[in-house]
Amino acid sequence: MVENVKELLKLHEEITHQVYLDNENSSIVPQEVVDTMLPYFNKIAYGNPTLTHKPGWEAFEVIMNSFQKISKYMGAKILEEITFTPGESEANNLAIMGSCFAQKEKGKKIVISEIEPINVLHAAEMMKKFGFTVTKIPVDSDGFLNMEKLNEAIDKETIFVSVAAVNNELGTIQNIKEAVQIVKDKNSQALFHTDATDAYGRIPFNVQNLNVDLATVSSYKIQGPRGIGALYLREGVDLDRIIEGQIGTQKLWPGIENTPLIIGFTKASELAFENFEVNVTKIRCLRDNLVDGIFSALPDLCFNGPKGEKRSPDNANVSFLRAEGEALTIELSLKGVYLSSGSACSRRLLQPSHVLVAIGRRFEEAHGSVLMKTTRYHTEEDIAYVLEVLPDAVNRIRRIVGSTGVE
Amino acid sequence: MSRIPLPYNAKVMDLFRNPKNLGKMEDATIVAVAGNPACGDMITFYLKINEQTLVIEKAQFESYGCAANIATSSIVTEMIKGLTLEATWTDITWQKVTEEIGGLPSVKFHCGVLAVGALKRAIRKYFNDRGSESAWMPKENTFEEKQALEEEELANTLSKRLKPEEEKSP
Repeated sequence: MVENVKELLKLHEEITHQVYLDNENSSIVPQEVVDTMLPYFNKIAYGNPTLTHKPGWEAFEVIMNSFQKISKYMGAKILEEITFTPGESEANNLAIMGSCFAQKEKGKKIVISEIEPINVLHAAEMMKKFGFTVTKIPVDSDGFLNMEKLNEAIDKETIFVSVAAVNNELGTIQNIKEAVQIVKDKNSQALFHTDATDAYGRIPFNVQNLNVDLATVSSYKIQGPRGIGALYLREGVDLDRIIEGQIGTQKLWPGIENTPLIIGFTKASELAFENFEVNVTKIRCLRDNLVDGIFSALPDLCFNGPKGEKRSPDNANVSFLRAEGEALTIELSLKGVYLSSGSACSRRLLQPSHVLVAIGRRFEEAHGSVLMKTTRYHTEEDIAYVLEVLPDAVNRIRRIVGSTGVE
Repeated sequence: MSRIPLPYNAKVMDLFRNPKNLGKMEDATIVAVAGNPACGDMITFYLKINEQTLVIEKAQFESYGCAANIATSSIVTEMIKGLTLEATWTDITWQKVTEEIGGLPSVKFHCGVLAVGALKRAIRKYFNDRGSESAWMPKENTFEEKQALEEEELANTLSKRLKPEEEKSP
């Protein structure tokens, strides 16, 4: 199988221009971020921040500095409210399991939206093994949470609610403030968590303004290195650790702090927030040009998620009808355009994204869906290149389909 | 939902990029479809059959699906050209198709199964349409035909039941 990959990669040799739009699933780490990280591997602060020597104290200093900055960008009151984790999956798992275990005497009900990311969905489902129940709140055809259903679902038994601030697939910006108000009015004890991985650095986001108890952010989603994320936990809220080990600078996540990754995440955050308005305007323009260009070049498309101000500026999700997503991603890869499809192959059937199913997309609409996210590192030339090759790619796949499936 | 690495081999990629025998055949003797758009996997075979010798003179396909689906459909049209219906029925198995294409990731085996299912469906249809029977064709559906049916039914059921009852909010 590994031999196959060599052959596969050889097919890409003639690519002249590469555009990475699969920022949902990984990211290029820009050189300016890498350069900032490098000294921390072997020049400075390579020690354990809890130990009494120079490299340790150096690590302690820079990590404290990072806590300070990330807490500021998230809108936390004090830096102790931030816990670095090895990514957003770990942060979301810590939020859900840690809250449930700590609050289990108060109730057993978890409430989440139908379109939560997989790591929230599966972590919540996992808690069923420990006697918790999971209630999923439906969303409308643009992915907005049904607030009436949320209101109905919250009761005395509810201990934990999780709704993503921005849906990772649709870009839908939820009214988290209103959702928190509804939850707290019905049950002031219930904790409210938001996965803010697609909000952080792209829309104004502040944990205190939204009044959430917990919030997750992720480094790679803002073009930082993978393997690092953070959980905000409001001061005074009880949370259990979900893994055990040597406790260092943070009591909720054991193990030796990964200084270079923390530095990379902090640098990526600085770059995102330093010129926030300028960055966001650029990302939005690029995204709009991409979407407008696709829609003017091709028929039989369907735009997934809301349009306008209620959509995050980076997100473009388009279904190409009569073209299967995986075939399309391969065809475009051969031309240097990298994106991902919303459906994934299982043993028997193509599994459509649960998010697209929740907003009422038919399976065949979901199967042709492609998710693209622009960043401030993309250029107008990049988008122009995508628009140059994408219509041909879609048309070739559609020619293979021919009349198959046409009623 | 989980994602699985899919390192396709050179043969699959070649047939994906340059499919052989692609397109609708206007003078096909028989046309058969397997799968449906909800499966994310759908194949149409067009066969031109010599009615005297029962030899497949020409085979073409159209396919809605992944690279493995396109490549297996394409290779089937090459494998069956010049074969009699009987030889096609007995010799062309999904394992043989998978082997001919140089192997597939296991999660993609169903593409070969669907292609052979569509092919057997076409041959069965040929005899059914003529009200004739052949000694070598079992009355019962074969494994591949059953699999195609199951896949179609499963996709239809799942796509109708968009939101499982137990997961709905109260």
